[in-house]
Amino acid sequence: MAAETRNDAFVAFERVQKSYDGVTLVVKDLNLSIGKGEFLTMLGPSGSGKTTCLMMLAGFETATNGEIRLDGQPINQVPPHKRGIGMVFQNYALFPHMTVGENLAFPLEVRGMGKSDRDDKVKRALDMVQMFSFINRRPAQLSGGQQQRIALARALVFDPKLVLMDEPLGALDKQLREHMQFEIKHLHERLGITVVYVTHDQGEALTMSDRVAVFNDGRIQQLATPSDLYERPENSFVAQFIGENNKLPGTIEELSGDKALVRLQTGELIDATPVNVKQKGAATLVSIRPERVEFKPEMMPPGAHMIDAEVLEIIYMGDILRAVLRVAGSDEFVMKMRNTLGQTKLVPGQKIKVGWHPQDARALDP
Amino acid sequence: MAEATDPVTQTALLTTADGRPLKTALAEAQAKARRRAFLLVVPLILFVIMTFLIPIGYMLKRSFEHDGFASSAPAMVAWFAANPDFDPTNPPEEAYAALVSDLARMQVEKTTGMAGTRINYSVPGTISLFKGGARAAKNLTPPFKEALLAVDAEWGRPALWRGMQSASHVYTAEFYLVASDRKLTDDGWARGGDKERIYLYLFFKTFLISGIITFLCLLLAFPVAHLLATLPMAKSSLLMIFVLLPFWTSLLVRTTSWIALLQEQGVANDLLVALGLITEEGRLTMMYNMTGTIVAMTHVLLPFMILPLYSVMKVIPPSYARAARSLGATSWTTFRRVYLPQTLPGIAAGSLLVFILAVGYYITPALVGGADGQLISNLISFHMSKSNWSLAAAIAAMLLASILLLYWLYDRLVGIDRLKFG
Ligand SMILES: Nc1ncnc2c1ncn2[C@@H]1O[C@H](COP(=O)(O)OP(=O)(O)OP(=O)(O)O)[C@@H](O)[C@H]1O
Ligand SMILES: [Mg+2]
Repeated sequence: MAAETRNDAFVAFERVQKSYDGVTLVVKDLNLSIGKGEFLTMLGPSGSGKTTCLMMLAGFETATNGEIRLDGQPINQVPPHKRGIGMVFQNYALFPHMTVGENLAFPLEVRGMGKSDRDDKVKRALDMVQMFSFINRRPAQLSGGQQQRIALARALVFDPKLVLMDEPLGALDKQLREHMQFEIKHLHERLGITVVYVTHDQGEALTMSDRVAVFNDGRIQQLATPSDLYERPENSFVAQFIGENNKLPGTIEELSGDKALVRLQTGELIDATPVNVKQKGAATLVSIRPERVEFKPEMMPPGAHMIDAEVLEIIYMGDILRAVLRVAGSDEFVMKMRNTLGQTKLVPGQKIKVGWHPQDARALDP
Repeated sequence: MAEATDPVTQTALLTTADGRPLKTALAEAQAKARRRAFLLVVPLILFVIMTFLIPIGYMLKRSFEHDGFASSAPAMVAWFAANPDFDPTNPPEEAYAALVSDLARMQVEKTTGMAGTRINYSVPGTISLFKGGARAAKNLTPPFKEALLAVDAEWGRPALWRGMQSASHVYTAEFYLVASDRKLTDDGWARGGDKERIYLYLFFKTFLISGIITFLCLLLAFPVAHLLATLPMAKSSLLMIFVLLPFWTSLLVRTTSWIALLQEQGVANDLLVALGLITEEGRLTMMYNMTGTIVAMTHVLLPFMILPLYSVMKVIPPSYARAARSLGATSWTTFRRVYLPQTLPGIAAGSLLVFILAVGYYITPALVGGADGQLISNLISFHMSKSNWSLAAAIAAMLLASILLLYWLYDRLVGIDRLKFG
């Protein structure tokens, strides 16, 4: 499901295809338009073609087919150094034989900027990432996080309109990663640049982006805001890829407007919202987020269906409790409960009933 | 790179659990491990000592030592020892008496050649003089001075007396003077005439040719190494085999192939004639001269440049070049500012390796160099074949010293720890 190509898009991929070997398409029919100032993330499993898309945009790979436009201009024939796109690499790619200052001055130097202007800009870029005191160090003398900041500053120092980042935080530990996510997001807002960001990490994608493009198998599976993506996945790949999900296979029993009644394989009836199922009798996979599962009848809307469940295991996770349940013959049904003072204590073996709001259960393609 | 990034914490007086200072305990533990490790390398050390250090030491000793005259002229040795400050322009009668008695003795012991050769190094043309003197010696009667000068007036030359005086010592630095194109004249050691400056000229030529070869190797190896490092595995393996093929072929076969290719009736000339680029009479002389030496040696030494370059280039991630391009650099700027500087350790290592190998190369110039393409090692070999061991050793020692000097300079300029040989 690609977004409509808008004419005013800052970056536009139009029917782009890419094949490395002339046999298989790594990117199949990509249509994507990115607005000015947008933070767009490409998320997807390994090998889904994210880096390839980024490389085509940066000019290091040529599209086998289709057109890429930047600010309205087709850029298929423009060499990488004339595209004016800032890029942050996963391994930072800071030039090891230059100091931090020289690294930052490099893009300004090749643009023929004078020394004093250069020094000025370098200082401002370094201040922006709070690294000015490291100006005379070499990259090898910096920690991973510091190198990351320098790489960021270098990609921004020549004021590009568009910045590409390919898993820029992949090599950092969790805490630093979260900190840098915040900083990058902050810089994006402050500078008003357009960012195309590639990541494996769905948490990162959800927290940072204006929109997320979920890639699989060379196609965009869904392009949506983080909340839409999480709450309203359009197909079962997205539902499974983003966050944790309970999956219940069944068939459509009744279909009316935005409501569906699904008969599970074990015979129970549940409520769901039809997403990409078309008719009665069709096979479907119902997906429900663990935190949207309820076991207290008073929390349920009137008339909602509830089904039997048996508690198999309670896992204590600090802020939440995770209950593994047997539901409709599946031993992997998960329910998350907030760990509050008044929370009901469940014990393994206990028989309960669980249910959910119909809009939280999405009947998807099987 | 010297400034420390982490503060070094001072561990003043840490102790182990049983109260011993941590430092001592650590040192003891490490000493044991070191002793064991040392035992493992003892055979290697012995091997290096026997096959490398001892021969080099012996060579250095030989370059200062020659007893050809000292052992065959005992009377002269005694006289020179007693009269160190004699006047070489006019030696006294006793000196001539000692000389005549030694000459007579040489004739009997058949050591004339040995003694004459020794003096001949510093005063050329003295072998026949000694032969004649020795033959006449037993018939001479006092006063020996007049008698000997009557045999050959050359015996009165101050240079000869100076030469004999210095040759009366077994140990001497004379061979280094000779190897620096100096010779003994009537007024002492002096530079030879222009025509006689063979050794220093050859040193200079050797270094020049080695420099040219190193440069050519670098020029040829750089693109090849780059290809090796960037081609897909299957293709680069094949290319690597082509690079290594010369290693697996006998040096003689390779060199003679070049003869077949480049000689006047060889393939290259035939081709040029056939193409009409040169006439039959104008066939190029590319063999048995400096050109032959340069071409063949460049080929032979090329792998020594390619391999260090390759090993450096292989670990340069392509993302550096991409980063440079994305930052706005043209491909030429990217190469010059980003790629080339990162290959410097490989360039330095390869150049040092090729240059040092070229400076000491012997077989190839001997086979294809003709008269004009000979290098200093061919001269060393020549002196060895003539049993001029001490002179050969002195030249070799000078070669060794100049290479060490070069290495030291390199260390100062580039830093040996930055070299990468593969
Ligand atoms: N230079 C190349 N030559 C041939 N095939 C390639 C090349 N680069 C990538 N591919 C193939 O294209 C597909 C997509 O690769 P790509 O690097 O775009 O994936 P990705 O989504 O970035 O994955 P990851 O998350 O692991 O980085 C993969 O199947 C990969 O094997
Ligand atoms: Mg990738």
